[in-house]
Amino acid sequence: MSEDASSYPPIEPTNFDLIVVGTGLPGSVIAAAASANGKTVLHLDPNPFYGSHFASLPLHDLSAFLNPHFTPPPSAASDGDDHTPVTLIQRPLYSHVGISNHAPEEFTEEYSRKFNIDVCGPRVLFCADKSIDLMLRSGANQYMEFKSIEASFVYDESSRRLVSVPDSRAAIFKDKSLGLMEKNQLMRFFKLVQQHLAGDDGGVENSRISEEDLESPFVDFLTKMRLPPKIKSIILYAIAMADYDQEDTQICEDVLTTKDGVDSLALYNSSVGRFPNALGALVYPIYGQGELPQAFSRRAAVKGCIHVLRMPVIALLMDKCTEHYKGVRLSSGQDLFCNQLVLDPSFTVQLPLASSPRDPLRESLQVLGLRDVKRKVARGICITRSSLRPDSSNFLVVYPPRSLYPEQVTSIRALQIGSGLAVCPSGMFVLYFSTLCHDADKGKELLHAAIDALLMLPESGHPESNTTVQSDIAAEVKPTLLWKALYIQDLTMDQLESISYAPIPDGNLNYNDLLDETLKLFQKIYPNEDVFPDAVSPENPEDDYESSLDS
Amino acid sequence: MHGRPRTAPKPEDSADSAAKAEKLRSLQSQFLSNHHNKIYTKEALEVNAKLLEINPEHYTAWNYRKLTVEHRLSESEPDPDSVKSILREELRVVESALKQNYKSYGAWHHRKWVLNKGHSSIDHEMGLLDRFQKVDPRNFHAWNYRRFVAALMNRSEVDELQYTTDMINTNFSNYSAWHNRSILLSNLLKTKVEGFFPKEKVLNEEYELVHQALFTDPDDQSGWFYHLWLLDQTVKADAPVLISSWPAHDSNLILSGDRCLDDCYLSAFNTFHSDSGKIPLILYFNQAVEGVNSSTISVESVFNTKGELSWKPLSTNNSETAQVWVTHLNYPEEKLHSSEAYPVEVRVGHSQGIISSSGFRYNQPSRFAFKVFVRSVEKDPAVHDGEMISWGDENFLLYEAPPQESNPLVSLDQLNIKDYHEQTSSMWRAETIANEIALFRELLSVISCKIGKLTLARLLVAHDTLLSPCAKKMVHSEEVIKLYSDLMKLDPPHFQYYKDEYSLVLLQQLTFSRESLLRYCFRHRDGASSFISNSICLRLNNLSLSRMGSIERLLWVQMLDLSHNELQSIEGLEAMQLLSCLNLSDNKLSSFTALGPLILLKSLKALDVSRNEIGLHSIDTTRYLCSSPLSHTEEIDWNRDEIVTGDVNLRNYWEAFLIFRGLHLTQLDIVGNAIADEKFKSFLVKIVPTLKWLDGGELH
Repeated sequence: MSEDASSYPPIEPTNFDLIVVGTGLPGSVIAAAASANGKTVLHLDPNPFYGSHFASLPLHDLSAFLNPHFTPPPSAASDGDDHTPVTLIQRPLYSHVGISNHAPEEFTEEYSRKFNIDVCGPRVLFCADKSIDLMLRSGANQYMEFKSIEASFVYDESSRRLVSVPDSRAAIFKDKSLGLMEKNQLMRFFKLVQQHLAGDDGGVENSRISEEDLESPFVDFLTKMRLPPKIKSIILYAIAMADYDQEDTQICEDVLTTKDGVDSLALYNSSVGRFPNALGALVYPIYGQGELPQAFSRRAAVKGCIHVLRMPVIALLMDKCTEHYKGVRLSSGQDLFCNQLVLDPSFTVQLPLASSPRDPLRESLQVLGLRDVKRKVARGICITRSSLRPDSSNFLVVYPPRSLYPEQVTSIRALQIGSGLAVCPSGMFVLYFSTLCHDADKGKELLHAAIDALLMLPESGHPESNTTVQSDIAAEVKPTLLWKALYIQDLTMDQLESISYAPIPDGNLNYNDLLDETLKLFQKIYPNEDVFPDAVSPENPEDDYESSLDS
Repeated sequence: MHGRPRTAPKPEDSADSAAKAEKLRSLQSQFLSNHHNKIYTKEALEVNAKLLEINPEHYTAWNYRKLTVEHRLSESEPDPDSVKSILREELRVVESALKQNYKSYGAWHHRKWVLNKGHSSIDHEMGLLDRFQKVDPRNFHAWNYRRFVAALMNRSEVDELQYTTDMINTNFSNYSAWHNRSILLSNLLKTKVEGFFPKEKVLNEEYELVHQALFTDPDDQSGWFYHLWLLDQTVKADAPVLISSWPAHDSNLILSGDRCLDDCYLSAFNTFHSDSGKIPLILYFNQAVEGVNSSTISVESVFNTKGELSWKPLSTNNSETAQVWVTHLNYPEEKLHSSEAYPVEVRVGHSQGIISSSGFRYNQPSRFAFKVFVRSVEKDPAVHDGEMISWGDENFLLYEAPPQESNPLVSLDQLNIKDYHEQTSSMWRAETIANEIALFRELLSVISCKIGKLTLARLLVAHDTLLSPCAKKMVHSEEVIKLYSDLMKLDPPHFQYYKDEYSLVLLQQLTFSRESLLRYCFRHRDGASSFISNSICLRLNNLSLSRMGSIERLLWVQMLDLSHNELQSIEGLEAMQLLSCLNLSDNKLSSFTALGPLILLKSLKALDVSRNEIGLHSIDTTRYLCSSPLSHTEEIDWNRDEIVTGDVNLRNYWEAFLIFRGLHLTQLDIVGNAIADEKFKSFLVKIVPTLKWLDGGELH
């Protein structure tokens, strides 16, 4: 890469208001927002593709991205008078990467190009979530197309099957697994939440949830509402998307309060039916999640942002007097200057050896001691030739805590995406898995259990004969695994105090928290600017009744 | 669309709308002048189209288009292409008008009119409908039009049923979809299309479907209405059935020239007195039927001197369809011997011809028989002239049925005649209803839901009715009465409906068994009146009844006290052909129209309607409930000159005139009604010459 980079023509100009390193979603949003505010922005990425940790990649590129070979940059020589270069190195976000190919003949180099695999999957967008709002505000939506996630299922521990998530009035009506009284209870609960959110007392008592209840754990509130365990589990893990076992306060690291739970339901509820052509609450971009950072990058480019790919930065340029950064050195050797810098989380400084104990630089670049908890997320990608469900190709699956085995303390989420979303060759399906963990082995163990529950390995040697036998027992055939990748992604990285870092992909299903952090970062850099100031207020997206008539 | 709040217009909008109004006015005047001058040119049509695209509600404009189309078609008849293009243009105008307002009656009607001309691609119509129904799945105009198009193209009803399933799955809050489903299923069940037989299986699946809606969201009423339809499909007997008669099967009827004496060894309920030499014969069906005549009903007795009996429908609106039919057997008094029993046998439906108003044939031939005895009693002229009936409580003694009274249940229990639910499906019916009852009891144990309570009450009533032939009592009547009492409190706007249902259940409960009924049977103390031949008075007073019911069990009643209730109507009372004394005092009858059924009670002699609300309301609200008096062509063969009106303006008392002129009352109490002033009383005296007592005073 560095050879490529050195052959680049020098970048003009050399002074920018903002340099963003890394074209992940947060970096792209910040670059787009800053450009929209009239800032001069340079957007760099060491990779030959957009999206960084948020990219969608062909199979081979994915393997390479998960197992990177960072060539240590040459130690930066101080050649300026007023600034000191501090070497930047890239460190891996991913560990314990295991890729197994069960159908070697399938995945030729050419064939693998037909995949667009998300690095940070499983991810979906809620129709009413912040990413959609931000896209509409920035105009990035014009570069994207979405399709509905057709259904949600939970893995039922007793029947070892997927049961559908009754997440809306129509879904409750159609549901085959709930009893009539359960349907009634669930719908009443949804109505209670809606009434609470509408804040419309209407003279009716108990139309609002009390403050006391709002502060209490959501699971207790659900118990108080006398919802049966099955429904509680569906609400907690498949609608409110709680990560940890809420029933066990000993283990649970993140107890969902009723307020948060109600907010999650509100997001879910307002997502259902926001767009007339979206079936449920969730949508997925055609060509994969990697489209998202690209769309914001294109928005930024329209506003004058300069993008340079395949261009690692090798050093920070520190002002000798202020001990503040003033620019970066590219691997092409060029020095560029900026007022603000946002770094991809994979970059850190290579501190000089502790030869000079009282190095002022060292103090300013102090590594932030991070929270004592070091959470990780275990991610898995599986490719199959048949869908888990005969009637649907794009859907979400949630394994609530303890549904696979008693020691399972986190919920596991899986997302199956079919070729209709242009993420794989036709007739194939991509399955994403993820769960939070502290320990890589435990995390992988969870994913293995989740995968084994729904998929099977081809029997050694005779995958073909195997499938013919199975097709006789039609109904209960598990899809056969063709390709699998498991890896552990860190959720926290050591960070430099004086440098702004773009947030790392989190363990959530959507981008809400991530974008909150991103926008906070933008406000920190530009406290007086709006995120997308001149954005034409999007015409009411729900209000396309006229257009649908004309269509 | 639904649930969209109205927003106040902004000032700039009002300028817009003023400009729009100006444009509309100019188009309108151009159009009207074209219309008046019968100008059917292309330009004129364009003006019209512009007008309709802005305002699709302009009926005259649509009519003008029809005229134009006819005009142009008549000019271009030989050329099929130009015909097509004329009609295509019409469809285009309708379509753009519908885009402006997809609920425009005129536009939808015009489209139907064009389609009836037979020139359109039906597929295009279905495509259009799909689009409209996607925008608003509950638009009943589109649903109506869909039925029209589906019929026109002979689309399979199974496909259309699937369409309703899809729409309901998308959003079950859709009256139109449920409604269309009931229409389609009715047809599919009736014609026994493959997959829609047996009926029980199909209905079970429908119950299953509608339960999902009812339990998911009990507050949504559309599913409840469908459930009501299902319940109706479950319990209703398609074919008409005879459920009651007078005289009852196996009963011994005592004909007496005068009242029955205390020592009679036969049931007092069966005694019948007649001056006219006629015995009424009453047939009570479970639904309105037509075709009751001497060929469908055969009556064998010694009285019947081969002359054909004339059957009369007891219908207040003079239709040839009625639930209750009556004829009269003549008996030649002089030929009968008091020691002999004269058997009468009646056969119903042995030859075809009795058909329900919904087109089902009477298909269960049945017979009943009774015996007639004659008691001739010396006539005492003093008694015969009679006394005034007094309704005071002190005049009544509880009737004690003599122990030797022979099988009195025969006369009380109408169901001995025929168990009409003894069919193969009766088990299924009972099971289904019981299952529904259990489900809704469970639902109501956790939520309060008005329509749920109503449904449960209806189910319980249906259950009791289904089981009544073998049950000893109405099992659920207490629960039903409680449910209706709750509903009256919970849902004041529908109070009257619940009250009526409550009354019906209460009456069912009271009349169900001999024991309960006997508690309301009294003997008039002096028992002396010539009106009362069997001397039993049924006193259903002070029960806060708002309507009358269970009449099929009360056909024997000759003296009825309904005073101190809340009756607004006496619908159904016309079936009580033996009634001679009726007390309706202290009720809420508000007009003479409400007394309409009395016209058919030819034996009525004493009537008390005092302290009601007749004449109190200037607008007769029951006019809309009861059939209009103008439809009583029956017996309005009156002659203007015949009416002695004196200084009374007949027009003011028109309704009273229609009611009373056909009755032969000897006693009438009308005091305490707003209408009953001196003038009115003198009017009554004139039009009811038989009257002896008016408001307790003897007339000269």
